[in-house]
Formats: sequence, C-alpha cells, structure tokens
Amino acid sequence: MQVITLNGLTKVYGKEKTVAVNEVSFSVEQGELFGLIGPDGAGKTSIFRMLTTVLLPDGGGATVNGFDVVKDYQQIRSSVGYMPGKFSLYPDLSIEENLNFFATVFNTTVEENYHLIRDIYVQIEPFKKRRAGKLSGGMKQKLALCCALIHKPTVLFLDEPTTGVDPVSRKEFWEMLKRLKAQNITIVVSTPYMDEAALCDRIALMQDGKILSIDTPANIISAYPDQLFAAKADHIYALLENTARYDKRINSYAFGEYAHVAVPAGEDQEAGGIALKTWLETAGLKNVEVHPTVPTIEDCFIQLTIVHQMPAKN
Amino acid sequence: MKTHSNEREISIRANQLTKQYGDFIAANAISFEVYQGEIFGFLGANGAGKTTAMRMLCGLSTPSSGSATIAGFDVYKQTEQIKENIGYMSQKFSLYEDLTVLENIRFYGGIYGLSRNELKEKSAALIDRLGLQGEAHKLVASLPLGWKQKLAFSVAVLHQPRIVFLDEPTGGVDPVTRRQFWDLIYQAAEQGVTIFVTTHYMDEAEYCNRISIMVDGRIAALDTPHNLKQQFQVGSMDEVFYHLAREAKRIES
Repeated sequence: MQVITLNGLTKVYGKEKTVAVNEVSFSVEQGELFGLIGPDGAGKTSIFRMLTTVLLPDGGGATVNGFDVVKDYQQIRSSVGYMPGKFSLYPDLSIEENLNFFATVFNTTVEENYHLIRDIYVQIEPFKKRRAGKLSGGMKQKLALCCALIHKPTVLFLDEPTTGVDPVSRKEFWEMLKRLKAQNITIVVSTPYMDEAALCDRIALMQDGKILSIDTPANIISAYPDQLFAAKADHIYALLENTARYDKRINSYAFGEYAHVAVPAGEDQEAGGIALKTWLETAGLKNVEVHPTVPTIEDCFIQLTIVHQMPAKN
Repeated sequence: MKTHSNEREISIRANQLTKQYGDFIAANAISFEVYQGEIFGFLGANGAGKTTAMRMLCGLSTPSSGSATIAGFDVYKQTEQIKENIGYMSQKFSLYEDLTVLENIRFYGGIYGLSRNELKEKSAALIDRLGLQGEAHKLVASLPLGWKQKLAFSVAVLHQPRIVFLDEPTGGVDPVTRRQFWDLIYQAAEQGVTIFVTTHYMDEAEYCNRISIMVDGRIAALDTPHNLKQQFQVGSMDEVFYHLAREAKRIES
C-alpha cells in the first residue's frame, strides 16, 4: 500500500521565484524506511513541510494516508509525527512536561503509547525534570523523537535528525530507527550524510529541487555507469592534481585517504588499473597503489550531479 | 601539504590547557602542538570539549589552568594579538546575509585592518578566483550554501592570518562542493597557513595531516590518520572514532 504519494509537487519562494521543489513525484510504501538524500538547498525541508501540511504547494499535489495535503490537512496532522530539523520543543518545559504536553494535544497519554518510546525515553529519563532548553544536542534529539512518536503516528517524518551529530550518536540514532520500523511505522528521513543512505530501504537522491535518482541503495550503486578506481600515493595533493590530468578520466576527486578515479566502463579492469598506476608513477608519484573499487552512494551522487549539470547530448 | 622538514615552526602549542566550569572539567589538561602549514583535524563527539578548547585557542575564553601560545602569543595576556593573527569560520556564523558579496569582503577586510588599496586589490582578486564576477553585487543570502562557505573561508584568510580555525565548515554542503572547499584548504596550507579544523565527516579526517580525537575533555588519540588506523588495527577513521568515542563516560549535558 502506498502511504505517501507526490505528484509533480512544486514549491516556489519569493519575488525571485526560486524553485525550491521542482515537480517532484514519488511514492512511499507502508512500513518503508525512505530516505531523502541531498545537501542543503536540495528541497528536502520544503517537501517535509508540504507533506506535513504546514506549507502549501504551488503546484502538483500529494497525499499522506490517502488524505490530500491541502484539503484534508486535519486528518493528516492527527496521524503523522514530524520532527523538524530545528529544535521545536518548549525550552521552558521539562522533558516530562514536553512529553505530556504533546500526548495531551493529541488526546492520548504517555502511558498508552509508552511502549513505542521506551527504548529511547529510558536514556533521557534520569533528567526528566530538566528543562528542554538546558539539554545537550543528543538529548534534545531523543526528546524530540519521543514527542513525535507519543501519539502513535502511522507515518514519521524526520528532517535531518543527524545533522551536526557525531558519528557514534548518528549510529545509535539509526539503530533506533530500525527498531521503530519493526513496529510497522512508515518513516521518511532526510540527511546530508551519504553514508546513511545505505541504511534506508529506498532513497531519493536530490539536488536543487529535483530528484536525481530514486531506487534501493543497491540498485543505485549497480546502475553506476563507469569503472571506478581507488588510487593512493605519498602526496595526496599531487595525486589529485595528476589524476585530474589523466587522459581516460571521466572524473576524479578525493575520497578519504584515496583519490577516486572514474574511467569508461567496458575496458579490461586489470589493464585499466595498471595503466592508471603506470601513468601516476610516470608523473613522479611514489608508493602508488591502484585498485578497482565498488562505488558508494556518494560516488553515485557525484556522478549524477555531473551528468545533470551537463547539457543533454544530441 | 608542506614537505616535513626537520625543524618545523610550531604554530599552536597547548600545554595542560584546562577549562573548568564549577565541578565540570570541560577541557582536561590537553597538550598538543600544531606545526605551521599543517592541516590539523580536531575531532570528538558532541560534548567532548572541542568548542571549549577552540574558544581558548582563539583568545575568546580564559583557561582555568595550563598554558598555550597561538602564533607565539599567550592565550592569557595577548588575546588581541592572537585575534589579529588568526582567521575563523564556522557553519553557523559566517557572513552577513543582507550584505552583498563585495560588501562582506570589504567589511571583514576592514575589520582586520586592510588598507583601502589592499582591500580593492584583494577583493577583486578573490572574486576572480572564486568565479563570482556575476555575483559580486548580489546579496550573500541568495548564494547556495556551498558558495557561501567557500566565500566565508576566503574571507577568513583575506588578511593572511598565520592560522585559520574552521568549525564544521562543510556541514550540509554537497559532496562536490565539499571537495572544492577542501581544495581551498589545501591551497592555503601550501602557502603556509596552519589549518585547525573540526568535522563530523570522517572522510575529511583522512585529508588532515594529523588528527586529535577528544573524549570526555581529554585528548584520547593524536597522530596521522595512517598511524591511528594502524594503532587500532582498523581500516577507516570512522572505526577509529567509533572505537574511542563509544568509551566516553561523560553524559552529554
């Protein structure tokens, strides 16, 4: 069952008519963990705000749980949970008071749905008398998630829950999401961290208000069209400068301790690797290492960005 | 990256640097040295004490104990000289959104004491280098985040500081622009500027010459990315970080 559908959804801002969301269409299935992946300015927040009925579309339409985001906003608001990117709880209320407040607003009690938040809440419960404004980033995030869950939503919208969060806390947060998914809650989550994409069932890669690609992470990776090599040498800056001049290069860029070099697919992989290594050694680089590598979502994103920026061939 | 010479000039020297708020020791006797022209990654979990340490190094917060010199200046007594010799940018505070590109460059250049002629020359050169000729008179608010961050970095090094502090400069920036941003960092380091950078992107940690990882107010590890991975017998900086930070006892609060 499709829980969320977007059909040509569009949002335009300001006098300059900046198109923040440009005719976006996709759907999300019941129980899916769906990721909107893209940098700031991709249009992720505008999509979230339209789907949660706090922003009106300028074109196209969307439904959540079969309800129209414009006409049926009341039904949508009572059935979804929304955790905005900006901390939006009451800083002057304590942890406990915030949670009770949100439960009451949705005509329920903390006790009734405690099972949904228990795993997360026990981590902040020792501080339940503390005001929300005085909490650390990680604790605020956990409280916000509890408040978004306390009315037992069927769909949960999480806008950049892990931005600015360190890698350890990010990992913990994704483990929490997996447990929620097991409760059959449909989750739409956005993130600028490409490594988190792999943890979603399906993802939409977004840039400048448009979808670059939408599929399972595995399918997006297998659709990567080029041959990708990882190269390493003593001097990373010289390595990057030299890979940029390699004649078979489609693209090359830093990737952790390696440079990733994309060359046309179809040629012999081993020969391709040797050719690149020889070329780098001839350029004077020392301790050169080259091996074929499987593209990550980040490689795919970079490849798609470049294809989308180039004028269409023919 | 500068080739490592035997006698390298020390740009930042911290010795037992400590900041205590009441009973809480935010930064606990941290000691390290950063060399001129080095790209030094300053990592740690949220709440580990990075911001506290960085504020002391920038001359914005007086240490409780210990000592530190920044470009040779003392963090207790010479905070004004420190500020003249450093550049600073963060994701949160970078540029004035309601000033144009050119106005921002002139404003910051003026604050850092550049002369009228220097300002004219440098702003033209900077706009050229960043390819912002068409945007010079546009409000910064209208630029994409990635451009803003590249501009903010360039403005932070406009007065040719000895050291530049970058606090999560690439958060939320797209992968292509993030790499262009690092090209700017490499270029500045090649010219001898010391780069002191925090990030939550572990692939960026790999771009640093050396890295320190803070856990519970202390420096738990400090070495090159290569040596750290060897020391912990793992394949990526992500795993090194995870290994150290999950041992944190401090409840972030």
